[in-house]
Parts: sequence; C-alpha cells; structure tokens
Amino acid sequence: MLSLAAHQGVSITEQNIEDSPLAIRGLTVSYGQKPAVFSVDMTVQPGAMTAIIGPNGAGKSTLLKAALGIVKPLSGQVTVFGAPLEKQRARIAYVPQRASVDWDFPTRVIDVVLMGLSRQLGLLGRIRGRHMARAMECLNRVGMHDFANRQIGQLSGGQQQRVFLARALAQDADLYLLDEPFAGVDAATEKAIIAVLKSLKQDGKTVVVVHHDLATVTDYFDHVFLINTRKVAEGPVAQAFTAETLQSAYGGRLATAQIDQISRALG
Amino acid sequence: MSGEEFVPLSLTPLLIGTFAAIACALPGNFLVLRKQALIGDAISHVVLPGIVVAFILTGAISTWPMMLGAAGAAILAVIMIEAVRRLGQIEAGAAMGVVFTTMFAAGVLLLEQTDTSSVHLDVEHALYGNLESLIWLDATGWPSVLDPVALAGLPPELPRIALTLLGVSLFIWLFWRPLKISTFDEGFARTVGIRTGALGMALVITAAIAAVAAFDAVGSIIVIAMFICPPAAARMMTNRLETQIGWSVVFAILSAVTGYILAGYGPLWLGAADAVSAAGMIATMSGLILAGAAIWGPCRTRAGAPNTA
Amino acid sequence: MLWDALTLQLGYNATLVAIGATLLGISAGVTGTFLFLRKRALVSDAISHATLPGVCIGFMLLVALGGDGRNLLGLLAGSAVSAWVGLLCMNWLTRHTRLAEDAAIGAVLSVFFGFGIVLLTVIQTMGVGRQAGLEGFLLGSTAGMLWTDALIIALGGAATLLLVMIIRRPMTMVAFDPEYAAAQGLPVHRVDLAMMGLVMAVTVVGLKIVGLILIVALLIIPPVTARFWSQRSERVVLLAGLAGGLAGYLGAALSASAPNLPTGPIIVLVSFGFFALSLLFAPVRGVLAAVLRHLRFQRRVHIRQGLLALAQGQKIYEPLTLRLLRRSGLVRADGVATETGKARAAKALRDEKRWEVVRSDQAHEATAALYDGLRDIETVLTRDQIAEVDRQIGGPQEVPA
Repeated sequence: MLSLAAHQGVSITEQNIEDSPLAIRGLTVSYGQKPAVFSVDMTVQPGAMTAIIGPNGAGKSTLLKAALGIVKPLSGQVTVFGAPLEKQRARIAYVPQRASVDWDFPTRVIDVVLMGLSRQLGLLGRIRGRHMARAMECLNRVGMHDFANRQIGQLSGGQQQRVFLARALAQDADLYLLDEPFAGVDAATEKAIIAVLKSLKQDGKTVVVVHHDLATVTDYFDHVFLINTRKVAEGPVAQAFTAETLQSAYGGRLATAQIDQISRALG
Repeated sequence: MSGEEFVPLSLTPLLIGTFAAIACALPGNFLVLRKQALIGDAISHVVLPGIVVAFILTGAISTWPMMLGAAGAAILAVIMIEAVRRLGQIEAGAAMGVVFTTMFAAGVLLLEQTDTSSVHLDVEHALYGNLESLIWLDATGWPSVLDPVALAGLPPELPRIALTLLGVSLFIWLFWRPLKISTFDEGFARTVGIRTGALGMALVITAAIAAVAAFDAVGSIIVIAMFICPPAAARMMTNRLETQIGWSVVFAILSAVTGYILAGYGPLWLGAADAVSAAGMIATMSGLILAGAAIWGPCRTRAGAPNTA
Repeated sequence: MLWDALTLQLGYNATLVAIGATLLGISAGVTGTFLFLRKRALVSDAISHATLPGVCIGFMLLVALGGDGRNLLGLLAGSAVSAWVGLLCMNWLTRHTRLAEDAAIGAVLSVFFGFGIVLLTVIQTMGVGRQAGLEGFLLGSTAGMLWTDALIIALGGAATLLLVMIIRRPMTMVAFDPEYAAAQGLPVHRVDLAMMGLVMAVTVVGLKIVGLILIVALLIIPPVTARFWSQRSERVVLLAGLAGGLAGYLGAALSASAPNLPTGPIIVLVSFGFFALSLLFAPVRGVLAAVLRHLRFQRRVHIRQGLLALAQGQKIYEPLTLRLLRRSGLVRADGVATETGKARAAKALRDEKRWEVVRSDQAHEATAALYDGLRDIETVLTRDQIAEVDRQIGGPQEVPA
C-alpha cells in the first residue's frame, strides 16, 4: 500500500516519548517561505543505530540541526531522554558536516578533542593529566593519536572527520548525532568510523547518522528514518527500508534500476 | 635621556599608548578569527557621534558622560548593524557600511550645529587623538613614581586605560574556553550549551569599551590599527591560539613603543624641529610589523585544508 | 529658501555644488552596486582611507615644486596613487597570506590613514603658511569651491560613469559567479581590479565634496537601497544611480538652504533616509512585507499541521496551533473538531496522500518539486490528473473522527 507509506513504520504511542533518546513531534522548519522539514515526528529507538536518509534537499541535516537547537523551528517539540533539550545537553554529542568550520583556525588536533571535555572542565577548570589522557584515548580509538600535535587544517578530509568523531567521543554522551560523516572520506576512514560507531552501540549508546549512501544502509544500520520534507517511513531496516518506501522518498529522482538493485540486495 | 625629562614627558604617553594597544589587540585576536575585524572599524567611527551627543546632553566636556556616550553609540551601532543585516538580508560588510557612515555623518552634522568653538572638541581630535599631550607635569623624575602627591597628578587617562586593560584581560581569561570553541565551531559550541549569540555580543561590547577608552589617547581611526594589525601579524607567526595571543601582545607593545619614540625623536634625528603625530606613527609601525610578518612569518599562508579554495 | 535651493537659485557656488554632488551621487551609486553585488562593499572603506597619504604627499610635492599646494588636480592625482597602492597591498594580503579580506581591509585602511596623519602633522610643521585646508579632505568642504574644481568633479564623474557602462557586463558576471566567469575566459582578477579602479576614481572625485570618510556611504547606501526594489542586476544598477543622484542633489540643496549644514553629512543622511524607507516599506524585501508574509506563512503551517493531526486522531501539542484552529472555527473550545474542521482535515489528509502519489511518480517530477506541505493540489494538477491520482489511491478513505 503505497499510499500508506507516510504513516506506516513503528507506531507512535504517547508513552515511548519518555524512553526515547530523541523524540520529535510536529517539527516544521523553514528557510524563507518553503518548509525544509514539514510536520515531522521521529522517535529514535534506544541503543539502536539509525540512519536518516532521503534525497538531496530533503531536510536531513535540517532535521538534525533543529533537533539540536542549532536552527529554530517554526513549530514542534523535541525531547531528549524524556526531557527538554536544554537539560540534556551533556548527554548529546554532535559531529557536524565537515565544511562548517574554519580549517585555518590556529588550533591543534588535541585541542579540538579537548573541546569535547569543555562541559566537564567548566569555565576555568585546568586541563590536567587525566583530561589529556582521555583526549589521547579518544584519538586512539579513531586511529589518529600520531597526529595530536598537527594543526587541524594540515590533515586530509577523512582525518579531519575522525578528529571530530574523537571530540564527540570525549564528550562521553549517550546519544551521538552525526551529519554525513562518510561524505567525501577515504575508505580507511569510513571503516574506522563505522567500527567506532558499532562499538558505541555495543556500549548501549544510541547513534543517529545522516547518511546518503543507500548501498551501505543494510550493512551499517539497524533502523532507518526516511524523509523527504515529510517523514516517509521509520522503523527497523527490514520493514522501513523497502523498494516502496524508497520510491516514495526519492520519487522520480531515483532511477528504477537503482531501486531494483537495492531491493535485490535487500533480498 | 634622564629621568627628569623622561618621566614627566614620555612615561605616561608611552604607558597609555602601550596599554591601549594591548587592550585593543586582545579582543582583536578573536575579531580577526571570526572575520569580524571590521566591527572595530564600525565601532571606532561611531565614537564621534557618541561623544557629540554626550556633549550636547551635558553641555560640558567631562570625561564620564563622554565615555558613556561613546560606549552607548558603539552598542547602538552593533545593534543597528545586526538589525539591518537580518531584517534587510544584507551581507554584514554592507550593513556595517550603511550604519557607521550614517552615524558618523550625524555626528559631524550635530557638531557643526552645536557651538563647540569655545571648548576643545573637534573632529580631528576625535579622529587622531593627542597622545603627546597626556604628560605628567607633577613628576620630577623616577622617584615620583612612588610619590603619592605626584601620583595624584597623573593624567586620568592612564588609570582609565589601565583599568580597561585589566577588564579586557579578565574577560578574555574568564571566557577563554567558550570564546575559543565558539570561534572555531559555532554549531558545536551551541550543542554543548554555549550561548554563542550572547558571547559574541559580549566580545563586541568588550571591544567597544576598549575602543572608547583608547580613542582618547590614539584617536578613533587609529584604534582600528590596534584591533587588527597586531593580531593579524601574530596570525602569521603560529598555529596555536595561545601563542598567537602572546605574539599579538608583543607586537602591540612593539608598535606602541617604537611608534611613540619615532614620532617624538625621529624628526629630530632627521634634522627637523618638531615631532609628528604619535598615534599615526604607532599605526604606521603596526603596519610595518604586519608587512614583515606577512613576508617572513613562518605560518603566513593558509593551512593546506583539502576542502578550502 | 529650500525651494530656491532645489531650483538652483541660491547662487553660483551652490549651483556648482549641487550639480557636482548629483553627478557624484550617480556615479558612486552605479559603481558601488558592482562592489556590493560582489560582496566587497567595505573595500571602498580601505580605498578611501588610503587616499590620505597621497593627498599629503601630493601637497608636499606641489609645494616643493614651488606651487601653493592647492591645485586640486595635483592633490587628486596623489590620492589616486596612494589609494591604488593601498588596494594592491590589500589584494596581496588576501591572495598571498592567510588573512581574510576583512582583516586586510582594516589593516590597510588604518595603517594608511595613520601614515597620512603623520604626514599631515609634518605638513603642519613645514611652515607653509596655509595648510591648504587639507583637513577638508577628511570631511569634505564645499565652501570655497572653484569653477575648475566643479569642472574636474563633473568630468571625473561623467568619465567614471562612461567606463562603468562599458565594462558593466563582465563586472556583473564576475559579481554573480566568479568561477563561471573564469571558465568563460574572463580575466576575473583584472575585472576585479578594474572595478576597484572605478571605485577609486569615484572616491577621488568625491574627496572634495563629501570627504574621504563619508564617500564610503555614497558607494554603499544607494546600492543597498536599490537592492530592495529589484531582483535584476541591471535595474539595481539604475536604481542605485537614481538613489545616489537624488541624494546628492537633495543633500546639496538642503545644505545650501541654511547655515551650518555641511554638504557631505547631509547627503549621507538623505541617502540613509531613502534606505530606511526602503528597508521598511519595499514591497517584497521590505521588513513590513516580510513580517506580514511570515505571520501568514506561520499561520498556514500551523493550521495545516493541526488539520493533519486532527485527521489522524493525534494529539495537538502546540498551543498556537490550537488557538489558530479555534479562531478559524475548525475546533471547538474543548479541542474537538467542528464539522467544518472534520471536512477540512479529511481534505488535508487526502491531499497529502495525493501528493505522495505525485511525489513518487517519475512522470510528475516537475510538479513534485513544488511540494512544500502547504500547497493545494488543485493549484498544480488538473481535475483529470487528480482523478487519475485518486484512482491510484483507490476509493475514498475513512477519516478518523
């Protein structure tokens, strides 16, 4: 039933807003006169790895940014672990899209990772040996410990992405939100990042990733959220990531051959 | 030169120039990194209308109302720039251009309309200050530095700028971490709960206070040189923010001291009789330092980020 | 008095100033537009401040050569040279070092201005009787304007205007999309330099009337004003010229009509007046229009979202949504949908499903791009097309009450 795609998937009940790491209700965000995200509900499952997918300009990153309070929504509510966002800042870590910072900024790799400890350090707390050790440990997890003293702009794109992941790890959050972490990175980086994300999941953390590569969705994620301005589908990969939902989300923009290929891969 | 001559005539202008340079250079580091260097330009241009309005309101040349007027004008300018930028969807540079030139024009007009000929309030003074006149007549030599009677006769600009420098340093020290994080990655800063809007505003207001306190000494236009040149030169020396701040302070001191000395004694060495503008010379020196750093600085080029053009 | 001024009846000098200011306003507005469209408006600030050392050096040279230093042409030539040097410094800093353009602008403007001040104090102590009113170049002084001065300004303004007209196409292309322009074989860097050269010419011409600090206003405010009224670059150029010329003319006339009204600041303030009116009341980009549009839009979003929630029997969380629905008579005070509300909700849900079909159908790709969650489907599809879509959905669907 194609027509029901928008409203299928995991049914939403009032009580699971309370337990969801990230619950969004009636979110509309617009830049100017055209909503980028329209009336979207989302309920992220705890301990899952969820991919947000959809065509270009479908509002994937906007959804994430509104969830984090970086852009102001026109309407809608966001709760994080059952409480308003502001109260739960410490439990969220965010990895922005790579293009959003000044790469020429005078700062070293290790300084960037230490930024992840800023809540812990407060305004004037001194950086001590244990903070340094924690930052190095996070760099180690993404395989970047040899680059600790490099200026951030001197790294390759993939290496930069891993440093930002290390910063998020240093935050020691319960919910990790990543905006297109695999965009334009090398294969080694992609492997390193996905290994870290899977280990996070094993530790019981919740991971939400804006993702653009349909071919790897089934390998990497267990839940998907399909969006094209409106929510198209939400749920476990097996149920929500189907030829029908993809057709519905991508419309004419996804070649039929591509859909066939994906649905074959899905079995 | 002997203490009898140096202390009364040169010590205080030298100190005031140096303190003013550092007080502007410190916030200047962040303004340059945030690509808001021209906020300093805008602020310094609106100092003139601020003091003119204060003069009209109080009818007298007294320091504090004028400082308040200038600070008020600076804050008004910043708010207006934000308003024009957001409401009119105009890029920041053009919004600044609209606001500060208009306020400056209003200041000049008010000045012409008011009878200020009897008092010492003129455009040139506001534009390029008079560092040379801030002398310490009560001093007789080095011992005066410890003499309470002589100290009471210090030009009031000195304690004022010293206090400002202290306040600016305190602000930077206290908010070092949020300033650094939000300058580097604003989106991330917001996700860790830093109020980036308020912090940015606080930075601009700090810069405005520094500009207002410094304009008395070096004039409002040359303040811009202090905001931009030492941090810009420091930027070419290092890839670490902490070190950059250090260099910027060194460059600020260097510009102030060499500028002051060259202005006072340079012409004499060249055989001319009179000194030239110290404030102008300080700006010139800071420009020469920047030129040197731009040609020889170890980190003068952009870091090789793969995705920056 | 004002009427006399506006009709150029206040005498020879006032008429000269008015004509000069009008021409200056037009050429500054037109030239500034390209700078503004290139997002480099404040480059003009660096250029104008960088004229000061040149004025001083020009004066010193003229005196050294035995003149009285008041030759306007000589001073303007000096100012042009130093503005050009400042411009090159700025370009070099942005191209060869890590400094961003704003820092380069600030550095050049303050250092050149500072050096100019040093030279000014040198001139003051040179013992040349008259200082030639060099300070007048800071804020402009039209008091003792000579016929030759006015002629220079008029010719300069006209020449600048002519040059702008000749190279307006490459400048527009570079301002719009420098990379595409480069791919088309345009020498982007040289076009930029030519644009800066024109800005410099306007600055130099305007020094005498409005002074180096306020000339920036004439280069920035009229283009920004014009931008509110048109989306097409050629029109923005024309409107900016018009706004600039009018401000120049009115400003000069006003300033001649009463004492103690300096020409430069008055022109700038008149210009700002045009800007403020445009900012508030321009039909599409103006603040008033935008606020009204935003409120209307927000209302539509909330009502639509509320209707969809009603149709699906979901709880409405937003107080604003509820209030709007209630005010439109779509729900009762207790939050239950009225008859109209139910009908509208059913229609909204049905439209949403129709849209879904449209959006997943390749044949409707162009239509699908129009989807924004708000648009009524009747506005984009014919009745037959809707009927076809309904066939695909199959039968009218139950709507929860």
